[in-house]
Amino acid sequence: MNHALILPLLLPLFFGSGLLIAHRASPALKRWLSVLATWALMPLAGWLLVLAGDDRIHVYVLGNWQPPFGIVLMLDRLGALMLAVTSVLASAAVLYASRGDDDRGPNFHALFQFQLLGINGAFLTGDLFNLFVFFEILLIASYALLLHGQGPGRARAGLHYVVLNLVGSSLFLIAAAILYGLTGTLNMADLGVRVAAAEPSEAPLLAAAGFLLLVVFGLKAAILPLHLWLPRAYASATAPVAALFAIMTKVGLYAIVRVFSLVYGDAAGTLAGMIEAWLWPLAMLTLAFGVFGALAAKELQLLMAHLVVVSVGTLLAGIALGSEQGLSAALYYLLHSTLISGALFLLADLIVRQRGEVEGRLVVSPALRQPLLLGAMFFFGAISVAGLPPLSGFLGKVMLLRAVGPGEQALALWPVVLIGGLGMVVALSRAGSLLFWRATDEAPLRERADGVRLLACVWLLAGSLVLVVAAQPIQAYVQAAAAQVHQLGPYFDIVRGGAR
Amino acid sequence: MEALFAITLGIMVTSGVYLLLRARVFPVVMGLTLISYAVNLFIFSMGRLATGAVAVVGHSERYGDPLPQALVLTAIVIGFAMTAFTVVLALRSMGEVGTDHVDGQEPTE
Repeated sequence: MNHALILPLLLPLFFGSGLLIAHRASPALKRWLSVLATWALMPLAGWLLVLAGDDRIHVYVLGNWQPPFGIVLMLDRLGALMLAVTSVLASAAVLYASRGDDDRGPNFHALFQFQLLGINGAFLTGDLFNLFVFFEILLIASYALLLHGQGPGRARAGLHYVVLNLVGSSLFLIAAAILYGLTGTLNMADLGVRVAAAEPSEAPLLAAAGFLLLVVFGLKAAILPLHLWLPRAYASATAPVAALFAIMTKVGLYAIVRVFSLVYGDAAGTLAGMIEAWLWPLAMLTLAFGVFGALAAKELQLLMAHLVVVSVGTLLAGIALGSEQGLSAALYYLLHSTLISGALFLLADLIVRQRGEVEGRLVVSPALRQPLLLGAMFFFGAISVAGLPPLSGFLGKVMLLRAVGPGEQALALWPVVLIGGLGMVVALSRAGSLLFWRATDEAPLRERADGVRLLACVWLLAGSLVLVVAAQPIQAYVQAAAAQVHQLGPYFDIVRGGAR
Repeated sequence: MEALFAITLGIMVTSGVYLLLRARVFPVVMGLTLISYAVNLFIFSMGRLATGAVAVVGHSERYGDPLPQALVLTAIVIGFAMTAFTVVLALRSMGEVGTDHVDGQEPTE
């Protein structure tokens, strides 16, 4: 048993609790501690990436109870990838927040650490009820982070977000209870074994539980028609929080991949692939809605939030294909879209800070203080997120489009993705030309962008470049991750007492 | 017993959903509470309904399943914390927005 598996949980847990206890300590000390804890996650995630690279499924058995009794943490390539991208995103967000945004309310850093605890836990756990618990941890931290910094806009968006997620949690509990009532287990690998061996008479109830789970994860992932909470909530959050939230929709998508490949996967008989027929049109509609939203957005942050919806739709299309190629393309696109969405939220905040009273509204304003620098960053981010060559969004889309074979699916996917890309280019170039080229004659604000904030944003934008330069090894890794997810045998061995 | 139990849960969820759709903060909180009660009872019943079944093996002919009881405890604690949070949030939103409608503005008839 390798204790490295539990470190991504213990580290934020201890630092978060410590920060909470020492909440009277000087802000500088709290900042240092939080940055230290968050940055320490990066080498840790790198280690886990290497560890998972041996294609075995690593299991951490809490309390040394023989699975399926007790809770297990499990690490495979998919989980390790998600941990890695979370740690990179969080490192930039915490750096950005440390330049003043954390002072706008109490206990920002403690909440930030608890948020990371919830996210890391959701990626590591191998138990359905434990997944619920980690969802709740990340949600309650996200409620507080979303409201961080006061303001009526936040209270309004926050109330919607909280109430919707509470209803979602109830549905999650109902689904977990049905699954437990039918199979007598909550371990996801064991659930897979039991569902595969279930009586045909139990199939409708099992399917009902599965679709309830899809609704819950769809709410987290902001899939149409459960996406309406997202744009307002993300646009009204403070920039580093919105950047960190870029991973939250991916938690929902990860849970869809995990549950519907393991529990309702290829071994599940009549239930295998039951959601794909639903996911496919939903993915197209989500993508199209996101593009329309981006075109109609009247605020810079709302535009960025709708781009998150677009990325969810694109990712979901890859997952809905149900093939290894589709999933590996989706995983590559996930890495790209998480980093670039985070970067764009930070960049939007940098731009808004130099626009004075008009803030994020897309209207003519005094010229920015540093139009060249911010304009170049915006140009880079826009090219990447819209999927134009030569940056990572382009590679991700090419992989996705090549993953569909000729036929109906290609007929649906190609136009939606390509026209959607055009829509994003239109929306972003309209916003960009307004922000950087059309200005009133008033003198720009005197304040220049903060160096550390710029660094955090550039650090995430550079992620897009790294994804292109190191495309080959990364592509090999996601390919292997997708192949591993479809090989159910090793997962089922966890409960047969094989893997340790 | 199962039918009575099921009907009770159904009534609770129906009332909860109705209150939730009232779109005023206080009924919404009440509705969420009712739904979470119903869900907790539902989890509890997943260990099968039985009377006189001890949760320890060997003390009675049948034994009760202890796991749903543990799950219910967890769900109650989390649900309680979430309700408390919603109440505080509702108070703050009331103070900042000035209305108890969940959209933050009075609906125009």
